Amino acid sequence: MTHLLTLLIVIPLAGLVPLVIFRRDDRAVKQVAITTTAVELALSLWMLAQFHIGEADFQLVERIDWLPSLGIRYFVGVDGISVLLVPMTTLLTFISVLYSSGGAIKMRLAEYMTAFLLLEVGMVGVFLALDLFLFYVFFELMLVPMYLIIGIWGGPRRIYSTLKFVLFTLAGSLLMLVGIVAVYLASGDAGSRTLSLPELIEARGSFSADFQFWVFLAFGLAFAIKLPMVPFHTWLPDAHVEAPTAGSIVLAGVLLKAGGYGFLRFALPLFPFGVQAWLPAMILLSVVAILYGAVVSAVQKDLKKLVAYSSVAHMGFVTLGIFVLNQQGGVGAVLQMLNHGFVTGALFLFVGIQYEKTHRRMIADLGGLANIWPVYTTLFGVFVLASLGLPGLNGFVGEFLVLLGTFRFPGVPLGGLFWGPLAAIGVILAAVYLLWMFQRVMYGPIRESYRLLPDMSRLELACAIPLLVMTVVLGVVPQPFIAIIEPSLDRVVRLATDPGLILMAAR
Amino acid sequence: MLTLICVALFFGATGKSAQLPLHSWLPDAMEGPTPVSALIHAATMVTAGVYLVARSTPLFTAAGSALTLVAVVGTLTAIFAATIALVQVDIKRVMAYSTVSQLGYMFLALGVGAPIAAIFHLATHAFFKALLFLGSGSVIHAMDNVQDMRRYGGLRRKLPWTYWTMLIAGGALSAIPPLAGFWSKDEIVGAAFTNGYPLLWGVGVLTGALTAFYVTRALWLTFHGEPRDHHLYEHAHESPPVMVLPLAALAVGSAFVGFIGVPPEAGFIHGFLKPALEARGGEIAEATKSPAAVTALGLPATSVAAGLIGIAIGLSMYVRHRPDPAAVARAAGPYYRILVNKYYVDELYDHRFVDLARAFAGAAWAFDIHIIDGLANRLGWLLSLSGTGLRRLQTGVVGNYALSIVAGLLLVLGAYGAYAAGVIKP
Repeated sequence: MTHLLTLLIVIPLAGLVPLVIFRRDDRAVKQVAITTTAVELALSLWMLAQFHIGEADFQLVERIDWLPSLGIRYFVGVDGISVLLVPMTTLLTFISVLYSSGGAIKMRLAEYMTAFLLLEVGMVGVFLALDLFLFYVFFELMLVPMYLIIGIWGGPRRIYSTLKFVLFTLAGSLLMLVGIVAVYLASGDAGSRTLSLPELIEARGSFSADFQFWVFLAFGLAFAIKLPMVPFHTWLPDAHVEAPTAGSIVLAGVLLKAGGYGFLRFALPLFPFGVQAWLPAMILLSVVAILYGAVVSAVQKDLKKLVAYSSVAHMGFVTLGIFVLNQQGGVGAVLQMLNHGFVTGALFLFVGIQYEKTHRRMIADLGGLANIWPVYTTLFGVFVLASLGLPGLNGFVGEFLVLLGTFRFPGVPLGGLFWGPLAAIGVILAAVYLLWMFQRVMYGPIRESYRLLPDMSRLELACAIPLLVMTVVLGVVPQPFIAIIEPSLDRVVRLATDPGLILMAAR
Repeated sequence: MLTLICVALFFGATGKSAQLPLHSWLPDAMEGPTPVSALIHAATMVTAGVYLVARSTPLFTAAGSALTLVAVVGTLTAIFAATIALVQVDIKRVMAYSTVSQLGYMFLALGVGAPIAAIFHLATHAFFKALLFLGSGSVIHAMDNVQDMRRYGGLRRKLPWTYWTMLIAGGALSAIPPLAGFWSKDEIVGAAFTNGYPLLWGVGVLTGALTAFYVTRALWLTFHGEPRDHHLYEHAHESPPVMVLPLAALAVGSAFVGFIGVPPEAGFIHGFLKPALEARGGEIAEATKSPAAVTALGLPATSVAAGLIGIAIGLSMYVRHRPDPAAVARAAGPYYRILVNKYYVDELYDHRFVDLARAFAGAAWAFDIHIIDGLANRLGWLLSLSGTGLRRLQTGVVGNYALSIVAGLLLVLGAYGAYAAGVIKP
């Protein structure tokens, strides 16, 4: 199968055809959507099986001239960094579609599933694209379906939230477009210009220091808003609160990763001097996000907002791991992206399951649910513990590696021995807000009106179990995953820290 | 750097082993079932901190000042918790603060360079404290889950097994020879003296007297005197064999396990632990200097005397009411209240730290909503405002457009002229 990656992009699109044909029949719509995302998931696992572990370079590459006169190509491939993010995406999409087919979506199901399939094209494409133009197309493609998912199937303040989400993200991605054009013009003389990543890496020696400073800023802002980094994060809590459950799962699980992935894939290898110039700000903002997100989480009254702010803190670990520019930090950051996808996806799933039954999301209105829902309590408890970084579950592995990398960070300003302990405090704070939340929601007296609410259904269990498996597996045997990530990550770190290039650009 | 590492390690140990200032969780955790308290909160889990520091002996020895910190914190915790245990009326709370106090002794041992004594005390303490907890559980079970010792009394007739086994454990905790606690605790206090910490030795001996007092008080209030709650007393009964047998087994241990440390400094446990605690490629500081004969006999004698004095005062106060405990409490006034309220540490934490943290987090959230998000919304509002303003330019009247075209043309021509004339430079 040489066109594996193209198939991954095409299959959700192909699923749209039967979806349109059967759009009047809700049952058929569900079956088509579930089947399509299941096939996509299976194919992404097949891709993972085809991947040669231990090689740093891109694999399963496909390259077709698209706009040859402009040097723009359809160019896809995977390396150790993206090869795990793709199955994570397809799994979370599958779970989202499966959960949505259970009755959470009350209207316009065919349109809803269409939006999800288009979203999957964008998300998978972002992780596969190796041409900046193609990347930009997929990056923007993610925006539209999510705009609709929040704006049509969202909560009471959905219009405000979805507009805010789009305006924030669009502001970032338009800046990135300016950056892409600038890179394109700087990549060579007319006729030899390109936007494909390997060729840009060859050409980057000619990027001047000033150029790198500004272009890194343009790319960095786009990724920082997407991630989101403090202080560009305020769209996130609003979007999550209003989004339907499945929207939240994919938004937190996948969309945010596009930011972290963008840094690793494009910003670091292409602009080593820009990285050095912005490094202090990135480290500072990462640690601020870890602490600030955790502190603000602690006083949230709305369960979904609490999880949303905890995402800000967790993504702070991702950026911290990326910008300490060493192997442990980088591997930890990629693992943290995977872990956050599975665990925060699960947390949003469980908040949604709970909301479907009680119709309450305010912590003050809940309590004592452990009395009636033993299965729910157990599973939710595991994910809460994973999120706060309990050893043996996946959250610990990523955060530990990031902290290890941070301690080894020699750079400016101050050293790893300053930033490391500060970031470690974030882990304690995570325990504070998550356990406190768990205590208030699951224990204590229960409202009489909740007494007869049923525990998790079979469908809800089917959604939760794969995430549980990944949480435990990644926590107990992370080594195979680390082995996949490591070579490619090493390569990115080497490209980003090439002293010759940094010096050359500085002159 | 090494000192910093050791202090950080020790700080972790203080959390796990409930040392100052992180001790307050342990008595609260006693809300759990009594067997859990016995196993987790007395004998095993809480000693993990002691074990950690003991394991890291080579590190701590190399970072000398960290060891002094360990010794001081341990000693302070020992006497701090013992004074609280003097006045508690909940039987499990007495045992809980006693545990905190005994853990303090172990850290004192580690700090004065006697890790073997620390591990030795850890082992003996596991027996007698687990026994005291299970015994308390047996009493609580008999008394319909009442934990208030003021409603106990005279139970030795109803619970003979529980009484005798707890008496052995109490003796061991009070370091009465030849019970287990005597050998290990005496070695700790002795090491403090011979290794050059006479002040810590003094506090250790004083704490020994306090320990003996609160043990005597607890046992007397529970098992002796007249029943103070007749209804509960009538229904009291000895626990079934499945609960009594463990008590008996632990009583044997509490009585005899100390002999693994006999003779002092050269017993089985010393030879057993020495290789494990020695730094690879280097010697640890000699555990204790060999003391002169007078000290060798005088130190244990002082400890035992302190213990006996504590017991004597306890018996005098609670048997003969001389002085009467209530009168002492009245006379001590504010000091008594401080002890009953556990030095107000919980209040300090709840009202100062927790409230402060919540207020801070609330302020951070307000900052997030009003400043960060406020700015973003303000920006959006500004844009839409400027849009509304600019819309007025689109009047739809062709004459206005023509006017602006002409004005623009003149401006560009003027700029070009000025540039050509060299008035402005690009």
